[in-house]
Amino acid sequence: MTGLVAETSNTRSIAFDVPDWPGHRAGQHVDVRLTAEDGYQAERSYSVASAPEDPHVVLTVERLDDGEVSPYLVDELRIGDDVELRGPVGGHFVWESTCDSPVLLVAGGSGVVPLRSMLRHHAAAGSTVPMRLLYSARSRETLIYADEFTRLGGSGRIDIRVTLTRENSGTWPGERGRIDRDFLTRTGLPPAGEPLVYVCGPTAFVETVANTLVDLGHRPERIRTERFGGTGTP
Amino acid sequence: MTTFDGNAIAGTLNAVFGGEMTTASGTCASCGATEPLAQLRVYRDAPGVVARCAHCDTILMVIVEKRGIACVDVSGFAALEEPAQL
Amino acid sequence: MAFTRNFHSKRGAEVDPARVPPGQYVTPGFPVLSAGPTPKVVARDWTFTVRGAAKSPVTWTWDAMRALPAESITVDIHCVTKWSKLDTTWTGVSLDTLLDSVETRAGYAVAFSEGGYTTNLPLADLTGGKAWLVHEFGGAPLEPEHGGPVRLLVPHLYFWKSAKWVRGLDLRERDEPGFWERYGYHNYGDPWREQRYAGD
Repeated sequence: MTGLVAETSNTRSIAFDVPDWPGHRAGQHVDVRLTAEDGYQAERSYSVASAPEDPHVVLTVERLDDGEVSPYLVDELRIGDDVELRGPVGGHFVWESTCDSPVLLVAGGSGVVPLRSMLRHHAAAGSTVPMRLLYSARSRETLIYADEFTRLGGSGRIDIRVTLTRENSGTWPGERGRIDRDFLTRTGLPPAGEPLVYVCGPTAFVETVANTLVDLGHRPERIRTERFGGTGTP
Repeated sequence: MTTFDGNAIAGTLNAVFGGEMTTASGTCASCGATEPLAQLRVYRDAPGVVARCAHCDTILMVIVEKRGIACVDVSGFAALEEPAQL
Repeated sequence: MAFTRNFHSKRGAEVDPARVPPGQYVTPGFPVLSAGPTPKVVARDWTFTVRGAAKSPVTWTWDAMRALPAESITVDIHCVTKWSKLDTTWTGVSLDTLLDSVETRAGYAVAFSEGGYTTNLPLADLTGGKAWLVHEFGGAPLEPEHGGPVRLLVPHLYFWKSAKWVRGLDLRERDEPGFWERYGYHNYGDPWREQRYAGD
């Protein structure tokens, strides 16, 4: 482990220096395996948050209170520690910059992690296809990658729209409320342009968004989904 | 309880089948729906991993790991593609 | 095998080995384990049927079950995924009360549930004050995610034997494996002998 970034009070990004890393595709996972001295093992799968072009493999991990791997990664792991990684794995929920369709990314909560890899990949590869992220979080405090998204969103081909569902502060200048039919109609990409769509978040979020997108005219085979391990509705 | 999908077990599937399986198609023997395994509904807060059809909830696959050895039952599928080599 | 620095199994040094079976850790929470979607069972539509190797099948409705004498039970429960929960309090009907009215020579039972789950037990482990049909946990109606309206409670065996959403017992003269038992989990499942997998 070579670097840490605290993203929120319960989420941090962890950079690993992985010898012989074969390279990954944006959206893929790695499995993290922890082994106690008595041989006890725990394993969890995490999306890679970094782009294939980035120098380190970065995971962004949210601490789940009843979890076992995530509390260790968020609270215990120190720079210099070794952790066993297996991967990269998965091939369904991936985006490559060689693809020439416009891309719509829709994230609920920590479901934004694999999409951040796609956004960084887009920027690093100098892709010219339009890529738009719709990102729903509970509040300003739970937003991750906020500064980076502000930078990326100002770069022309990438457009990022954040909506907060439970923000109490009146100073939030952006969108509020869930990613519903109205929000997708106003801010999504038109189905006529045949965008590739990636939806990631808690199960109920993904089901609702994917069904709504189909209702709005997106073809189901253009929509890729990943039901992320987080609980609750962002 | 949290429901995942097949993306979450990409590593387990890779270890069991020896290749990338989330893009492989499986056909449900009960309702006939064909989907990539990434679309399976996965229950893993259980003594093993139970993967069900996204359309009819029929159990398509069960994976139980005992002491490092995986026991896999894919009898819920009418057809299952070979793994893709990465 | 490389160890992960400062990563420990959840069983702390302070656990009482007389109270907590080997390999288990104590949790204050109540983890929800499930192999499928939570069935929606309405109590007034619920029935419990004892069938199979019985002289004639018997079915209880919710009202019939609730009319039977209920008792309050405080027990420790042990899940094969390694958590144990101490002093859990349940309300329900002893299986002795139900099986009293069933004439059978069967030695085994397969408990079956809404949604298709099954688990097998010797009949002797369901009688003699060791097993209950419970409809309350901690003084409140049993939540659907924990098996409500009614689940089996067999606390001396690993908790997968305590079938959620239970709908009945299939009495058998020969033992037949249930859902997890077919996939290599132990046929009996005694936590004190750490019978997790077949052969343990």
